[in-house]
Parts: sequence; C-alpha cells; structure tokens
Amino acid sequence: MALPQVNKVKQDATDARLAGMEMPDGAAWITEARTEAVNRVQAMGLPHARDEYWKFTKPASLVQPEPEAAALFHNDEGPLWDDLDRLKVVFVDGVFDAEASDDLAGEGLEIERLADVATKDIHWAKDLYGQLEAGEHGYTPRPLAALNTAFATDGVVIRVSGKVSKPVNLIYLHKSETSDAILHHCVKVEEGAEVTLLETGPAAARFNKVLEVDVADSAAFHHVRVQGRDHERRAVTGIFGRLGTESTFKSFTLTMNGVLTRNECVLELTGDDAVAHVAGACVGDGTDFHHDDTVFITHDAVNCESRQVFKKVLRNGAVGVFQGKILVKEDAQKTDGYQISQSLLLDEDAQFLAKPELEIYADDVACSHGSTSGAIDEEALYYLRSRGVPMQQATDLLVLAFLAEALDEIADDSLSEAIYARLEGWLERHAS
Amino acid sequence: MLEIKDLHVELEEEDKKILKGVNLTVEPGKVHAIMGPNGSGKSTLSYVLSGKDGYEVTGGQATLDGEDLLDMEAEERAAAGLFLAFQYPVEIPGVGNMTFLRTALNAQRKARGEEEMSAAEFLKVVRAKAKTLKIDADMLKRPVNVGFSGGEKKRNEILQMAMLEPKMCILDETDSGLDVDAMKLVSEGVNALRDEGRGFLVITHYQRLLDHIKPDVVHIMADGRIVKTGGPELALEVENNGYADILTEVA
Ligand SMILES: Nc1ncnc2c1ncn2[C@@H]1O[C@H](COP(=O)(O)OP(=O)(O)O)[C@@H](O)[C@H]1O
Ligand SMILES: [Mg+2]
Repeated sequence: MALPQVNKVKQDATDARLAGMEMPDGAAWITEARTEAVNRVQAMGLPHARDEYWKFTKPASLVQPEPEAAALFHNDEGPLWDDLDRLKVVFVDGVFDAEASDDLAGEGLEIERLADVATKDIHWAKDLYGQLEAGEHGYTPRPLAALNTAFATDGVVIRVSGKVSKPVNLIYLHKSETSDAILHHCVKVEEGAEVTLLETGPAAARFNKVLEVDVADSAAFHHVRVQGRDHERRAVTGIFGRLGTESTFKSFTLTMNGVLTRNECVLELTGDDAVAHVAGACVGDGTDFHHDDTVFITHDAVNCESRQVFKKVLRNGAVGVFQGKILVKEDAQKTDGYQISQSLLLDEDAQFLAKPELEIYADDVACSHGSTSGAIDEEALYYLRSRGVPMQQATDLLVLAFLAEALDEIADDSLSEAIYARLEGWLERHAS
Repeated sequence: MLEIKDLHVELEEEDKKILKGVNLTVEPGKVHAIMGPNGSGKSTLSYVLSGKDGYEVTGGQATLDGEDLLDMEAEERAAAGLFLAFQYPVEIPGVGNMTFLRTALNAQRKARGEEEMSAAEFLKVVRAKAKTLKIDADMLKRPVNVGFSGGEKKRNEILQMAMLEPKMCILDETDSGLDVDAMKLVSEGVNALRDEGRGFLVITHYQRLLDHIKPDVVHIMADGRIVKTGGPELALEVENNGYADILTEVA
C-alpha cells in the first residue's frame, strides 16, 4: 500500500479546498465550533477514493475547490405538496429567499435562520451545532460534514416544544448552473414534542447539507425528503441524529436524477425503547446517475428498534450504492435491528454495490440484514400482460411494487400520495 | 371463435418439440374440454395461445374470430378477448389485487377504444362479483395472490375472468387443489359466464369438474397432439379406464 502517497494527495486536496473557503463571521461560540470543525477536516483529510467508505463513490467532485456546472433541467411538474398546509422556507442556490418564504413562526416551534443565530452571543444551538456531527460516531470519519459545519453560510435552527400544527418544508431551488451551496440545519425536538420536516428540490449545482437532530425523550421527528430533477447536480448530505428514551425518528428519502448523490445518515439510539426508521427509494436511468446511501446506526440503549429499508431501481448504466451498518454496543440488550437493501436492475448495464455490516457486542439481540439485486420478475410481467396490461405499464407497476416497502415507511398518506405521483411522472418520462 | 390449425411449437431455449400439429376449433357458446396425461402439452398450448415468451411456433396458426393471435403481444390478445385462467396463478408482492384488476380492466377498455370504468363503478361491480365467489374484502385488498391458499388463487382467477368478460376463456386445471366446496363455487362462477357468444376451453384431468361444467366436446391430448375427440362420454371413459386404452387404440 502506498499510504504515505495517498496521505499526501489527500492533504493536498484538503489544503486546496480549505484555501478557497471563507469562514462566515459570527459570535464566539459558533466561531469556536467552526474552528474545531476546520481542525477535524485537517485531521481527517477530505475523502479520497481509497478511503474505506468511498470505494464505491468517487468523492473528487465533492472535494475539489470549484463545483462542476450543472444544467437546469425543466419539466412541467409544479411544486411538490403545493396544496399542503406547511411552513415554507425557501433557499435559492443555498441563499435564503425571504420573499418566497413564509414568516418564520409557527405554533409549537421556534424557527430561526442560522445566519441570524450565528450573530447572537448566547443561543441554545450552541449545544447542538457541530456537536452531533463531531459526535461519538468515531468508527468512520465524516470530513465533508465537518467541512459543512466549518463553512455553512446558512440554514435553519428549529426548537420544537409542543405539537406542531403543520410541517416545516425546506425548499431548495436551483437556478444557477454553477452554484455551490453549504447549508446546515439544527433541530431540537424537546420532550414529548413532535414535528415533521420536509425537504424538496435540487438545491444547487453542488450541495453540501448537514442536518443535526436531537430527539429528546418521548419526542418524535418525521422527515420526508425528495431530491430530484437536475441530472447534473451533485449532493452530499449528512443526517446526524441522537435519540432519547422512547423517542421516534423516521426518515424517508426519494431520489430521482442526479449525477452524484451521497446521503449519509448517522443515528445514535441513546435512550431505552427508542425507534429509528431510515428508508430510501431511488430511480436512476443512465450513466449520469450515481446514488449512494451510507447509513450507520448505533444502538447504545436497551430495547430499541432500528429499521433500514433501501430500494433502488436502476437502468442504462445507473449505479446504486448501499453501505449500511448496525452497531450494537455491549449494553444494548433486546435490540431489534433490521436492514434491507435491494436493487431492481432493469438491464444488464445497471450496477448495484452493497456493503451491509453488522457489528454486535450484546448477546440478547435480534438483528437481520439482507441485500439483493434482481431483474424484473418475468412471470409477474407475463401474468400482468396476459390480463391486458401493456408492457410499459406492467413494468411500471412492478417497479412501484418493488419500491413499496420503502415508501410504506412514510406514515402520512397525504405525503406519500404526492410521492407516488412524482414517481409515476418520472416513469412516464423515462418510458423505454 | 378459436381456431387452431396444425400448430407446431418448440421450446426456444432447447431443441424440444412440444406441440406436434394441434387442430382444434371452439365455436361460440360451446365448452370444449381437453384431457390428457401429464406432460402431453396442455399447458403449453394455453401459454402459446396467451402469448408467453419462451416458445417458438414452427408451424400452423391460431386465430380468434379470424384475427391472427400468434402475431399479437400478450396484452393485445387479452384485449381481443382471450383469457387464460392459470394452472399456477402468479404472486405479485406490492401490487394490490384491486389495483391489478382495475388496471387490467381499464387497459383492455382503452385498447378497444372504450371508456374507462370509474373507480366508484368498478368498486361496485367488483364487490358484487367477489361476493358470489366468496372472496372477501381482505382478499381484494391484499397483494395479488400473495398468501392466498390454492383454492383462493383459483377463485381469484375466476373473479378476474368475470370482471374482464373475455370472449374466449381457457381454464388450465382450474380444479386442481380445490376441495368440493371450492370446486362448486368455481364451477358456478364459470357457468354464470356461459353465454352464446363465449367459448370455453377447459383443461382438466378429472371428470369431477366436468360434472359441474358440462362440456359439449371432449378432446384427448397426448404427446403434443389431439388424438381423439368425442362427446361428454369420452370423459367418463377416461375416468373409468384411464388413458391407456385410448392411447393404444389410436397408436
Ligand atoms: N419451459 C419449459 N422448459 C422445459 N420443458 C418444458 C417447458 N415447458 C414445457 N416443457 C415440457 O413440455 C412438455 C409438456 O408440458 P406441459 O405443457 O406442461 O404439459 P401438461 O400441461 O399437459 O402437463 C413436458 O414434457 C414439459 O416438461
Ligand atoms: Mg399443465
């Protein structure tokens, strides 16, 4: 192994990126958090193709100083969940758009812009910003998330204290072909409180986003995200969550199009009886689609449940990656851990790469994982066609059926219906 | 209605002849039965007619009301009015039975240039038909055939047939795996569809089913050919003496 050489290359790439970055002004507490993050970036080095968790996804375009341009792709779809009563917070290429956003106020929650929070001498976000990202998840470095903490220009900071009347929808519009956006959000769901966070839109030519979520005892956090549209966009996103006793964390992501998407999710179940579900569905058509889900769930309390459900439909050279780990610490007895990652390869050019891992130190646990890759079920296709369903429609039905287990993780029907409609639209546009 | 002339079929993958010159004509309003030993090619005939991949037609023809069946896609044959009740109905996880039925019905209507059936109308019709086949609401909601018992699967085939109202129905061993009560239900379902404009081809091993669904004509198939054709009494002969006598007689 030519490790010293790799280290040199990494160091140079890291230095080159950091040289072009400017740390936003802010109060002492956030400047401290950012400075620590820069130190972490330097210590870890930005990702390199030789790194253990970057073997299947080339990180160079996420690391390099300037983003690759990304053309805007137009289709006639209107905004997602347009008729849903929600609190809209709009970012255009990573820049907050006050005109397009609703008033930052809502029943049961406080919501502020990170850019404002950062100027305050004292703020509760001090205990969260960069803290979960830096956290105990020591087994694998997350340098791009640390880079985010160091240089994020904006984001939202939300504290939920009661039952929130409507979901918060972060809307990421992409209007500039060369935008390079870094957003960082913090969500604190206090004891017994509950909130739904929606994220939609292609965001930017290159997007680096971190979401830190602290879910207190008996609290619930629901997250539904749709990344889509622009074929040439690139994104690396990190969700860092900490779950208290009897808390619930549920996250679903739909990804359509995107030359590179890396979605990381790092959860720590620190209170007994907590429940964490992370699900993802993606559809990719063409060599300009590469999608990577990298999920690490740590069980550090008794009687917790975690579920990872990831489904990918790929064709024409599209590539899907799944890296998922369930780590059960010594005292995390009665853990119920489930992980499934499956791909439906619609032709022989599509590719699915999976690295499922279980690491268990407790003795009384029930953990299972499975990873499969398969083609469309010819028998089912023939059965559908023999009943008069045309080939394309029959294939689409089977594709949606394949994705259903992931989509079932969306608890709210009004949200999932719109997502099915989006998928149907995509399938129609990509009819073979 | 259904006309099969000198049909020769081989497997696409291997060099194996399965149908070796099948001749058969089913007239509207008639029920024809095909009996024959295992492996004689009965299911293959039904698959080839309904458009399953993997078979190569090396000779002969098959038409439905004069239209060349073999030239059509499977879905076009369905829209033209052909229906196959499968010997082994396929399970489709993730696709609800109702969604499946409505999609199929409306796809056929669309292909024929007819108006699609509304969700409300469909619900009304499917509920009524399901009830006569003792198919409950739960079975309608569940994914297609997933977790259904053998009998439930067969009843589900008949429900599809009742909803799609095909011109020509082929039933491949619909009686296998059915207990006496289920056999009655299924037969009643089939008999309810008997109509002067509709033809039936009933593939079975047993006289039992033919007690309920009375055939007009009975064919015996062996080694890829129809070797004997007669009236309902032919089925009784098979029931009493097996195929051996008939096969030696025609050999
Ligand atoms: N896909 C296939 N692959 C291999 N052999 C087949 C296939 N389909 C049919 N056969 C063979 O063709 C013959 C006829 O089968 P089938 O049509 O199922 O008969 P039947 O329904 O009368 O029992 C059998 O010998 C069977 O093994
Ligand atoms: Mg058979």
